[in-house]
Amino acid sequence: MPKRYQSWGRYPRTKQDIVKLHWRSDPLPLPKSPNKTILPYGNGRSYGDSCLNDGGVLLDTRGLDRLLAFDRENGILRCEAGVLLSEILALVVPHGWFVAATPGTQLVTVGGAIANDVHGKGHHRDGTFGQHVRCFELLRSDGTHRVCSPTENSEWFAATIGGLGLTGLIVWAEIALKPIANPYIEAATTRFDQLDSYFTITRDADSHDEYTVAWIDCLAQGNKIGRGIFTRGNHASQLPTKPKQSQPGGFPFPVEPPLSLINSVTLRAFNMLYYHSSQRRSKKSLLHYRPFFYPLDAIDHWNRIYGPKGFMQYQCVVPFTDGQASVRELLERIARSRQGSFLAVLKTFGDQASPGLMSFPRPGVTLALDFPNRGDVTLQLLSSLDEVVRQAGGAVYPAKDARMSGASFRAFFPQWESFANYIDANFSSSFWRRVTGDRQ
Amino acid sequence: MTNILIIGATSAIAEATARLFATQGDKLYLVARRHERLQAVADDLRARGAGQVECEVLDVMEYNRHATVITNAHARLGGLDIALVAHGTLPIQSQCEASFETARQEFEINCLSTLSFLTHLANFFEAQGNGTIAVITSVAADRGRQSNYTYGATKAAVTAFLSGLRSRLHKANVHVLTIKPGFVDTPMTSDFDKGLLWTTPERVASGIYRGIAKKADIIYLPFFWRWIMLVIRLIPERVFKRLAL
Repeated sequence: MPKRYQSWGRYPRTKQDIVKLHWRSDPLPLPKSPNKTILPYGNGRSYGDSCLNDGGVLLDTRGLDRLLAFDRENGILRCEAGVLLSEILALVVPHGWFVAATPGTQLVTVGGAIANDVHGKGHHRDGTFGQHVRCFELLRSDGTHRVCSPTENSEWFAATIGGLGLTGLIVWAEIALKPIANPYIEAATTRFDQLDSYFTITRDADSHDEYTVAWIDCLAQGNKIGRGIFTRGNHASQLPTKPKQSQPGGFPFPVEPPLSLINSVTLRAFNMLYYHSSQRRSKKSLLHYRPFFYPLDAIDHWNRIYGPKGFMQYQCVVPFTDGQASVRELLERIARSRQGSFLAVLKTFGDQASPGLMSFPRPGVTLALDFPNRGDVTLQLLSSLDEVVRQAGGAVYPAKDARMSGASFRAFFPQWESFANYIDANFSSSFWRRVTGDRQ
Repeated sequence: MTNILIIGATSAIAEATARLFATQGDKLYLVARRHERLQAVADDLRARGAGQVECEVLDVMEYNRHATVITNAHARLGGLDIALVAHGTLPIQSQCEASFETARQEFEINCLSTLSFLTHLANFFEAQGNGTIAVITSVAADRGRQSNYTYGATKAAVTAFLSGLRSRLHKANVHVLTIKPGFVDTPMTSDFDKGLLWTTPERVASGIYRGIAKKADIIYLPFFWRWIMLVIRLIPERVFKRLAL
């Protein structure tokens, strides 16, 4: 089947020429026409248009899938930027290592993980992916190779982490892994019936547990706002007597339904059932890392569930100051709109400082959820959420964005102008043109 | 632990196959034209657990080095069990039609250099009394088709040669495997539009690994090509000549 170069939200639809990269020793291929720009493309798990380059060229980096070196003693891995986190985990877990700061899918490339400075359930302890990157090689369109690290070419290091692929091609990277005793996670889930309880639970959990996150019922209103299920997890210290086998392959979501399967009826039913399926008392379990970290990876192409119009992910962070009030306001607006998805997630970010200049995570609370693309109605809701985030002094995550305004983006990332100095003249993305185009 | 020699080790299918051996801790001797690419593949295989990886830069047109490549592999790995011949190019048929020089080059690379390696490998393994020679030809070998008969002919020659070699070496306990992939998505086929029949180098590599383990004679990868080519071969010539295949 011909590969489609889209983002995970399948919105917007764009058209690009594709050039596949195969060898790190090859020079950077430049487009034949001088006004076409290039952008590296990993595995297309960004949701919006940060991995797209309408009218330009995408460099498919999946051919750069080789390892360079694996230090099994110290947990240091050097690999080409097209290697997937899933491939890394398959290699390193049997040797007692894990990927620090893994996001919610393992199907992202190392290059993509760096370019978006991804984060996960462990942010309050481990920070972002960029904090575990020791060095990488950056290739620019003028042919220059730079090895970047906190001590060498450090400005380029900072600009490229969270730099959305715009500073050049990351050819290979070296990451520090975290030690584990076995592939299992001791997890506990607790139901909570309103937003205040979430904050109480997470304050406690964040000081004890490596991984914390909450699912939120985004349709709940009134005093039920912010009710949900809290999950905490830690790498298991002891092997269970009967380890559960976890299959790496997924069930495919085989066809795209003609309309979104997520609508107010299905969503209300799902949320009610899911919320009540959990208990107020903590329920413990021991599970393999795959279903704990990557439950959705088990369904190939789950993004098809939203039908041909695709969907939009919205992830924002609001600072701790007035954080509860901001989150409450966001949830109220979402519940009133009757839009939303069953994949609503709330998490606290710690005060880990990423080296990335354009990094998204900052101390505060982050809310992430999907919205089926209903056109203007969805866009209006998300703009209204942007207002709340701007007033709170927070930010919206570029890796998930397909629609934030240029003014909002520049408010969320005031350092964008100094970042722009590091952008390669031949690199561009649909995202960057959208959020800075009205200023040029 | 198995010792494997791979000619054309930087090709996509060869690299994918080498990875399967590396994860078993086997030892590999890689031969290809470009040094930096060989190093990249070697680093990858070592990181994946290969017991030992050695490299030799060679252009297959250097016929006078073919024999020493094999003895080098045997010496540096401390033995030789399997040889995988995986080098090759995919010519543009119209260019081969316009110029015999182009067609002749294709025969040199895809056919004659392979036959040279096979000659030396056969003598080596026959003397050793055991081993496996695995060669990648193609489904194109099964019948000359209008769209790629030069390529098809180079592969058909190798396939027929292997068939005879298989009989000769059978009594010496040497296994000869003919590998016939169909459409594979690799840098060699980057100009083609990919459809339903296309497969990946990884799937072909699994098939090769299995074929070597099970001591198969001729394998079609994926399996359904065996049946497609059977039908293609059965079409009478007076009908076939009218098809635009």
